[in-house]
Amino acid sequence: MKITQGTFSFLPELSDEQIKAQIEYALEEQGWAISVEYTDDPHPRNTYWEMWGMPMFDLEDPAGAFEEVKDCREANPSHYIKVNAFDSTRGWETVRLSFIVNRPEREPGFRVMRQEAQGRDIRYTIESYAASGSPEGERYGR
Amino acid sequence: MSETLKGKERYQAGVIPYKKMGYWEADYEPKATDIIALFRITPQPGVDPEEAAAVAGESSTATWTVVWTDRLTAADLYRAKAYRVDAVPGTEDQYFAYIAYDYDLFEEGSIDNLTASIIGNVFGFKALRLEDMYFPPAYLKTYQGPPTGMVAERERLDKYGRPLLGATTKPKLGLSGKNYGRVVYEALRGGLDFVKDDENINSQPFMKWRERYLYCMEAVNRASAATGEVKGHYLNVTAATMDQMIARAEFAKELGSVIVMIDLIIGYTAIQTMAKWCHDNDMILHLHRAGHGTYTRQKNHGISFRVISKWMRMAGVDHIHAGTVVGKLEGDPSMIAGYYDVLRESHLDKNLEHGIFFDMDWASLKKVMPVASGGIHAGQMHQLLHYLGEDTILQFGGGTIGHPDGIQAGAIANRVAVEAMVQARNEGRDCFHEGPEILNDAAKWCDPLRKALDLWKDITFNYESTDTADFVPTPTPGM
Repeated sequence: MKITQGTFSFLPELSDEQIKAQIEYALEEQGWAISVEYTDDPHPRNTYWEMWGMPMFDLEDPAGAFEEVKDCREANPSHYIKVNAFDSTRGWETVRLSFIVNRPEREPGFRVMRQEAQGRDIRYTIESYAASGSPEGERYGR
Repeated sequence: MSETLKGKERYQAGVIPYKKMGYWEADYEPKATDIIALFRITPQPGVDPEEAAAVAGESSTATWTVVWTDRLTAADLYRAKAYRVDAVPGTEDQYFAYIAYDYDLFEEGSIDNLTASIIGNVFGFKALRLEDMYFPPAYLKTYQGPPTGMVAERERLDKYGRPLLGATTKPKLGLSGKNYGRVVYEALRGGLDFVKDDENINSQPFMKWRERYLYCMEAVNRASAATGEVKGHYLNVTAATMDQMIARAEFAKELGSVIVMIDLIIGYTAIQTMAKWCHDNDMILHLHRAGHGTYTRQKNHGISFRVISKWMRMAGVDHIHAGTVVGKLEGDPSMIAGYYDVLRESHLDKNLEHGIFFDMDWASLKKVMPVASGGIHAGQMHQLLHYLGEDTILQFGGGTIGHPDGIQAGAIANRVAVEAMVQARNEGRDCFHEGPEILNDAAKWCDPLRKALDLWKDITFNYESTDTADFVPTPTPGM
């Protein structure tokens, strides 16, 4: 399966040029701050991926931001990596664009756990095949 | 000039014109805490437009004759004041009348109380349309507003940077719970973020509500596992009684739904009750505007949808259907831009071409996500993004379920189309004009999109809108 989180997961994997274009849009058109995050626990409700350094609030150079993407990829070739663009404007103060730029070669995905409860009620849990059995850092191999 | 009678003369028993009773004050300057209503009035031939005073009177303290008991009150304060009347451009018999109300005329945080005054009695008297309203921060702060809001909704769903995608299950009536859930699963699995109950899906003989909820949540969870995304289905909790609506919402929560849905026809008390419940139960609240067309479309009588949008942001909904520009339901682009601004902006700037008559700060009330639904398809993605922006929910019902290769293929086509268009826009391309080319390029590697474009390429709905702007930009000479 292919995890389809992020703004562009239904498109073919973005090339470096395409990633740079999106970073340029965020920095130059919108004035948002870029941050890079990575994880090997891509559960849909895993809100807190690891931060590859702090959001780059003072960085205006797209090339510099892309360097961070490359460094993160090099250090975590089998992790999910995403680029976030953060908007600190009043009323937003949130991420405005977030797209995956790296993913493991094989994505085993998730299974649904069903707990039969009272009557016909079912309590659902979604569990990652990769993350459930192994500790962090050993989930997708290298 | 004020013609208000004073003292003993004013309170002489009998009938005196509203404008002499204190409901017309041409030199009145609205206070910072006043609420202002803007009505379109169509006085009968020969009748003075300043008779807007009658509207002010009947929507505040007046009755048809003088009553001495006014003198037991601070009547000058409680009287609403018509203070300005402008001819409507391009008409001979219509006027915009501005009426100011002291905020003590209204109970805090109650759309019912507000509307009981503003549209309660007065619409029985004459041809009248409520065009816009101004609410001061002091009054807005008495409302909860959207229980979740656009920002927290995106954070909960972990979906940013593009319009969200939805579909309404079709056929809207007749499917069993199990078959209904199949449609939900296929659409979510294919790539949509939400599927939706239709406004008239409640608990009919062919599918009782618990049956639907159980199968829909199976579909939602299966699709979430298959994609790694948060997914949702708007479970319509509309029912005959408040108790039953809460019971349905509680069951939706018990099953882990992120969102419930109500219809506008349940009424303002029920909407505000559900808004409070959603706020207290971490639930997104979707509002279908069922019934609005009975009073929002006529230009000389009724209520503009921008006013309904303001009331609903105050009452507290997270989603509201607000028009598509290009779909099967009529809508003038500039009017719809105005509704979207009302729902999404933190601060409104007066913009007569969009029907926004007042500068107004929303006093931190959260943003509402506008929903575009009705007769739209993937081939219009560039127009939809251009007119509606990225903070909207595009609902492709037929445009997903009617795909020749099935529902998943329909969903893929829509998702690829929206992502390709956002990507191109961000790269600096002129999507509005290059849209067809951008879609065709994506269709080269995405067969479902190719088929969707081929099937629906010529489908557009071009209705003349009945509700259009009264103010049009003056062309600059030489341009």
